[in-house]
Amino acid sequence: MAAEAAMESNQAHAEHSGPSYIAVFIYLSVLTGVELLVYAMNFPTDLKIGLLVALALAKAVLVAMYFMHLATEHKGLWVIAATPMVLVAFCYLMLRPDLSKRAWAHIHQSPTAVTEPAAAPPQS
Amino acid sequence: MSEALAVDAHAQSAIVDEYEPSLTPGNSGKLGMWTFLAADAMTFGAAIAAYGALRYNNVNWPKPADYLGITTTAVMTFILICSSVTMVEAISGVKEGNQSKFKLFMFGTILGGLAFLTMQAFEWHHLLIERRMSIHRDLFDATFFILTGFHGCHVLGGVVYNTVIWIRGLMGKIPQSKAGLVEIAGLYWHFVDLVWILIFTFVYLI
Repeated sequence: MAAEAAMESNQAHAEHSGPSYIAVFIYLSVLTGVELLVYAMNFPTDLKIGLLVALALAKAVLVAMYFMHLATEHKGLWVIAATPMVLVAFCYLMLRPDLSKRAWAHIHQSPTAVTEPAAAPPQS
Repeated sequence: MSEALAVDAHAQSAIVDEYEPSLTPGNSGKLGMWTFLAADAMTFGAAIAAYGALRYNNVNWPKPADYLGITTTAVMTFILICSSVTMVEAISGVKEGNQSKFKLFMFGTILGGLAFLTMQAFEWHHLLIERRMSIHRDLFDATFFILTGFHGCHVLGGVVYNTVIWIRGLMGKIPQSKAGLVEIAGLYWHFVDLVWILIFTFVYLI
């Protein structure tokens, strides 16, 4: 009983020791604004994609850690939360050979050749 | 008789303690929701990975901004973020035993969800009727409607779920001791927000 009370007290303390919900809301709003700024800027494509993905992941982590309380929950829950990410990474890696093949095809063919429809067979 | 009942209650309590999940002590429903969300995240993850695979190095892929309204969806993103804040405040209200705070913020969360759905309905109407987009037309259209439609179904489900919790609250059936029920609904709602954050970036901005 005492242990349960102590655990509840620790959890309550942990919930209040992180940033407040309003602070998280401000971080999320600012990050969304930065995303729109990055989107509007003329950065090189790779840099822009990298920045946008990083900002989106930062926002997702904030929601998971503080709104979903993953930061204060039992660390075992992290395993459940991380499992889909591992499987999605696996899924992406399994698709890599196909992606590489398409990248190779793109390098060796001009964009016009890729976009042009196949020629109609000659009429006899 | 009363002694027998007391013994039964004690035995039952021991059984409950034995099967209480150690990951979410005191709230087995929360563990169930986390497990469901993990499965749902795999579905969304697979859909987003497939979207990436179809789009990767595809020279014919249109620029999303030529078709999709970035400003509107930025507002939709902001609305979902706001509704996540009202949700955590509702949970905090019910945990503190402040019923009026819980009911007010839960209602705010429902309104946020409805506003999001209304804006998405307008967006879809514009794209389908005015821009002549269709799920059958090409991969850009198909992936757009599948990803945003699947997410929209989740938002609709969340609005219904939250409305049921709110109505039960109005009927006085969600006292402080049942705050766990609101917390579980909150997990689902924040997950919907989290997925939209990713969809907004991958489908609209990149």
